[in-house]
Amino acid sequence: MWGGDAEGGAPFVEADPADPARVRGFDVEVAERIARGLERRAARFVQVQWSSIDQSVERGDFTLGLSGVEDTPVRRARHAVTIPYFEFREVLAVRPEDARRIHSLGDLRGRRVATLGATIAYDLLVAARDSTGLIPLSYDDDVHPYADLVAGRVDAVLLDHIIAQRALRRAGGSGFVILKEPVAVGHYVGVLARTDSVLRDSVDAVLRAAMRDGTLEQIFRRWDVWDPSQGALFDRVVRTAGGAAGAARTAGTVQAIAYLPSLARAAAVTLLVSILSMLLAVIVGLTLASARVYGPGWQRVATTVYVEVIRGTPLLLQLFVIYYGLAGVVRLPAFLAAILALGLNYAAYEAEIYRGALEAVPRAQLEAARTLGLSELQILRLVRGPQALRFALAPMTNDFVALLKDSALVSVITVVELTKQTAIYATNVGSWVVPGALCAAVYLAMSLPLARLARRLERRWRPAA
Amino acid sequence: MSALLVIDRLSVRYDSRDVLRALSLEVARGEIVALMGPSGVGKSTALRAVVALQPFDDGRIVVDGFALAPGPVPPESRLVRLRRGVGLVFQAHALFAHLTALDNVTLALRHVLGQSRAEAEGVAAELLASLDVGARAGAWPSQLSGGEAQRVAIARALAPNPPLLLMDEPTAALDPARRSALGSTLRDLAEQGRGLLIATHDTEFARGHADRVVQLTV
Repeated sequence: MWGGDAEGGAPFVEADPADPARVRGFDVEVAERIARGLERRAARFVQVQWSSIDQSVERGDFTLGLSGVEDTPVRRARHAVTIPYFEFREVLAVRPEDARRIHSLGDLRGRRVATLGATIAYDLLVAARDSTGLIPLSYDDDVHPYADLVAGRVDAVLLDHIIAQRALRRAGGSGFVILKEPVAVGHYVGVLARTDSVLRDSVDAVLRAAMRDGTLEQIFRRWDVWDPSQGALFDRVVRTAGGAAGAARTAGTVQAIAYLPSLARAAAVTLLVSILSMLLAVIVGLTLASARVYGPGWQRVATTVYVEVIRGTPLLLQLFVIYYGLAGVVRLPAFLAAILALGLNYAAYEAEIYRGALEAVPRAQLEAARTLGLSELQILRLVRGPQALRFALAPMTNDFVALLKDSALVSVITVVELTKQTAIYATNVGSWVVPGALCAAVYLAMSLPLARLARRLERRWRPAA
Repeated sequence: MSALLVIDRLSVRYDSRDVLRALSLEVARGEIVALMGPSGVGKSTALRAVVALQPFDDGRIVVDGFALAPGPVPPESRLVRLRRGVGLVFQAHALFAHLTALDNVTLALRHVLGQSRAEAEGVAAELLASLDVGARAGAWPSQLSGGEAQRVAIARALAPNPPLLLMDEPTAALDPARRSALGSTLRDLAEQGRGLLIATHDTEFARGHADRVVQLTV
């Protein structure tokens, strides 16, 4: 059994257009070649999220992870890694009009550079952030970075040359250009559980044989990814018989303390996104609730439709629609799109809370205010609103805490907030234990005081009988 | 002397059932009139019609020269004179739960009559003191006893200084001592020249403290 991510697409692994239940791609054929070499009957494919391949292989979900898996020191230190079977180049893609000015990462000071999260390319960008002042942006997939490059949301994309060439083909050969000079060179490897080193050695033997007998070259030529550097790689690898090529270096001890500043920054992003979204949700929610309680028939219908549509569809879908779907009409920056999506989503829930709270104010209170000669607006402002606020406070606090956690979703549109930063951190150290605990502690530190504050306010506004 | 309140053949129907049929009564300045009758006979409906919280189907209501006609309740903008002419003390008081006793009384003074906060608080403190609850000015409604809440509610209704005061079942939650105290409070208000219409099913209270009793029957 081997695992890969069919969402990664061709030429690595993709669903077969002729039979979507099957997968195809050069990694598929490499896996089949390995299975044949090991005299296993057939290679069975297991779908796994690309960024989770390491964890899944350790958990035993499958034996071999193979899907454009990069050779990194951390991976070598934590898992059993095969010899490299493909050499890729990290290449920069820029818009055609920038091609004469931008030649390397050094030319990207202050510019936004996108890549796939948890990759060598991302590490390169983060390292370059301090030396060149570029702004790294991490995506969860390798399609949207290029879409955003064409759309002008980012100024460059750094990714594997295979991915860049595929994106260029998909864009019809225009919209951006790929710079010739690679930023770095890396290798694809197979990854096995740390305890599977004996099996790893057998896989290495099969790979070497496939390099010698030309079957690996045939596979790469079939998928149009063969180039002279592969031949050079094969020569190097075959020559170093026995032992893993590119000796495994021990990953430096990654101390939690080194991650604290970036976690603190991410926590601030989470808090800022949450507060601004809640503010928007409250304002829009109040407007919706007033229209629903006081407005004429058509406004009641319109607000009801809004509330039901928003509550009946996933927030994730709304995020994608606002960020990518609207890109043709208005190109919102990711941060703004995140606040809009979260705010408009929570507005639907707030509207229901406020409507319920307004309707919970006893009628006698409103009638008493009327007999005193207060206008309808004054009654809302001076009597109904303040009383409804007390009813709304507890559910609003719950919603804010929920929003704090839901804000993690905005990482799919490149906003690096607390959960995303934790995932990056966890990938780097290869474990979720310390990062997970730290992340949970930060969320709790933000949500617990909120709940306490709300309880105190409630006590003050509703004195005991 | 012309009557402060004239109710002339007032009829209210719910789903073609008569709640009130041709009720007529008058209240003059300085007079306490009790509207008597068992529960469910339409006493509260009559009071609510007078303060335009309840539409009526037939008849006429005139409050201090301002006439209400049958049909839907007019918009608040056309009821300014009515609101200045009559105050209502609800049976359950309906004090604003989010405001102190003092602020319950100042609300209309500040936001309807446009008085400054200091001015309104002066008037309200005086009113509360005259009703024997001056010391409770800072209390929340939930901290007041039934009798205290009722007197704060009277102060709230009297704050805009209406000549006519309506009360719905004022003795419902009062012990005997409190009832006679209420009786003398009402007498004081009448002697200031106000007209009072008290809806009650408490025969003893009505006979003891009202100048006239109007009996409603089913």
